[in-house]
Amino acid sequence: MVSVQVQTEAFSIDELTRRLHDEDNTTGAVVTFVGYVRDINLGKNVSSMFLEHYPGMTERSLQNIVDHAKQRWPLKRVKIVHRVGPLKAGDPIVFVGVASGHRQASFEACSFLMDVLKTRAPFWKREDNQSGSQWVDGRESDQVAAQRWGITEA
Amino acid sequence: MILINYFARYREQLGSGGEKIVHNTSIRTVDDVRNLLIERGGAWKEVLGEASLMCALNQELCKLDAPIEDFDEIAFFPQVTGG
Repeated sequence: MVSVQVQTEAFSIDELTRRLHDEDNTTGAVVTFVGYVRDINLGKNVSSMFLEHYPGMTERSLQNIVDHAKQRWPLKRVKIVHRVGPLKAGDPIVFVGVASGHRQASFEACSFLMDVLKTRAPFWKREDNQSGSQWVDGRESDQVAAQRWGITEA
Repeated sequence: MILINYFARYREQLGSGGEKIVHNTSIRTVDDVRNLLIERGGAWKEVLGEASLMCALNQELCKLDAPIEDFDEIAFFPQVTGG
């Protein structure tokens, strides 16, 4: 299974989830996460989002994070799909799915993958609406979340 | 030549998606490149002087003191916001 995909197209949450177990009967646990574009402007000033990325580095960075997770926990299949390009409020942006023999590894690894992705994978969100565009700022809480796994700068 | 890429807000503020600069022996680290660009003043000084700046060397995240060689690819960008 290819662990990492970066694409403009929508993905199927059901299909991606199904494939994490998919006849591997040594897999006892599957944990998934889906991140969505939130409607920040509550419909008043209809907005959309644009996800920029660093082609080449993006896939590599995500694969790196998956490799780290596989070294740290006893995982079976892992899948990250991250969309780029134009997105609307309510669109799924990212899917992270993990399979393992027992649940603890999957719960922890899924959390780890998201926390590290948020602080190290080269994506940048831009909110576009009628009054203009604004790049989203990184959040302190994301840095704190990543630090709890012992991941330091670069 | 060293290839430099700028992304997202940095690209917009600098008015450039990237450039190549000639490598010489006084350019030893990613930070040396950053300081060279900062010397241009204006937006270069403001943007590349940001504390939250992130950088990559040959498409992997790196620290500012990462050693560089001729033909390396560098990128400077704001704090990432994926996921």
